[in-house]
Amino acid sequence: MDTEIVACPDCDLLQQIPVLNPGDKARCPRCGHVLASAAIDSHHPLDLPLSLTLTAFIVLIIANTTPLMGLSVMGKTASTTIIGGAYEMWINGEPLTAAVVAFSAVIAPGLFILFMLIVLLAARRPPAPHWVGEMLRWAQSMQPWSMLEVMMLGILVALIKIAELATVEPGIAMFAVGALVLLFPAIMVSFNAHEVWMRVEWDHDAAASQSPPQT
Amino acid sequence: MKTSEITAAQAGLIGCNTCSLLTHPVSMEHPGHCPRCGAKLESRRPNSIQYTWALVIAATICYIPANLLPVMNTTALGSSEADTIMGGVIYLYTSGSWPLALIVLIASVMVPLGKLIALAYLLITVQRGVKGGVRERTRLYRMVEFIGRWSMLDVFVDTFTVAMVQLKPLMSVEPGLGVVFFAAVVVLTMLAAVTFDPRLIWDSGTEIEVRPVAAPKGHPSVLNEKSHA
Repeated sequence: MDTEIVACPDCDLLQQIPVLNPGDKARCPRCGHVLASAAIDSHHPLDLPLSLTLTAFIVLIIANTTPLMGLSVMGKTASTTIIGGAYEMWINGEPLTAAVVAFSAVIAPGLFILFMLIVLLAARRPPAPHWVGEMLRWAQSMQPWSMLEVMMLGILVALIKIAELATVEPGIAMFAVGALVLLFPAIMVSFNAHEVWMRVEWDHDAAASQSPPQT
Repeated sequence: MKTSEITAAQAGLIGCNTCSLLTHPVSMEHPGHCPRCGAKLESRRPNSIQYTWALVIAATICYIPANLLPVMNTTALGSSEADTIMGGVIYLYTSGSWPLALIVLIASVMVPLGKLIALAYLLITVQRGVKGGVRERTRLYRMVEFIGRWSMLDVFVDTFTVAMVQLKPLMSVEPGLGVVFFAAVVVLTMLAAVTFDPRLIWDSGTEIEVRPVAAPKGHPSVLNEKSHA
């Protein structure tokens, strides 16, 4: 693989990425930003992230369809799901908060996993069509808004508050969310976006607005 | 800081923010879209300072009602009680779970305030062209970017408390107006971290030796794509 020249996204310094050994990282010498990392399995760099994403996809469905927790007090019982939490906010006169919760707890993680799954499957056999690149870009834009780990901690705090008043039982979704909190960072660590970018076909209309090479 | 290194902007190049492809646009003002990933190419985020200031000011305004208005109204057996964010922290502390009280205090009160101060500091130092502490300010920016999401904690606590405790007429919890302002603070500061361009810290903070610029040797130009595929 040839070495690549990049501009650091944090400080714009031009530099050449050296050839990396498996598991190595390249940092910007000026600001310390991680510019590139090499996959541990250099022959099948997309296999591990694909299997993790597939697992997360299944666990995500479980997390969103089973009850998060059940509660009983003086013979009355209630249970809720993740989207049920957002729905309660909506009917209690907080549609904006409901939208933020639904987006960061259901929509953003869901779209992230869905886009990643499609990208990883489509990029298995290079070259990947141009839309794969567009989709990877959408996946990356969803990532900062996916807040499952924050939600998990929030639920735990809510549980401890409620436990004073009533008996609370964690549901299946609670364990599913716990698994997702581990799976999401695992996908991020094992996935090297550069492996996909190298396989993506370019948009020739956009390339036409660039200057011809000077070297 | 003095350096003889060269940035992409000085070389008339743009590194894509999404896929890091280095391109050589015909026009730096209208560079168009990245041929590889389709993202809009930007040498620097346009009007970064103005947008970020607008979002920081809006978030600061929302921060006040977020802390003063109740986030939850608890009705139990006829009596009702309103809780602000600090009220929730104090409740957790007095009920014996001080580690949780500390987590909520840090995530809900200190982190949003710290973020607003940090972003204002970054904006002011860039506008004044401050030279020192460039690395440290970049690190501060990364911290703001990384930690911002955790402020959403209290929104989730309130949501799931409300969702669970719906045992009318025995006991019920309704969300207060404070929670929507609080969610707004988190979203606005997260957007502010996106609109702020950390490269501006380096543009104004480094004295770069001006030297005649030629395209760097062997840069991947967009026309030799086959060598990448």
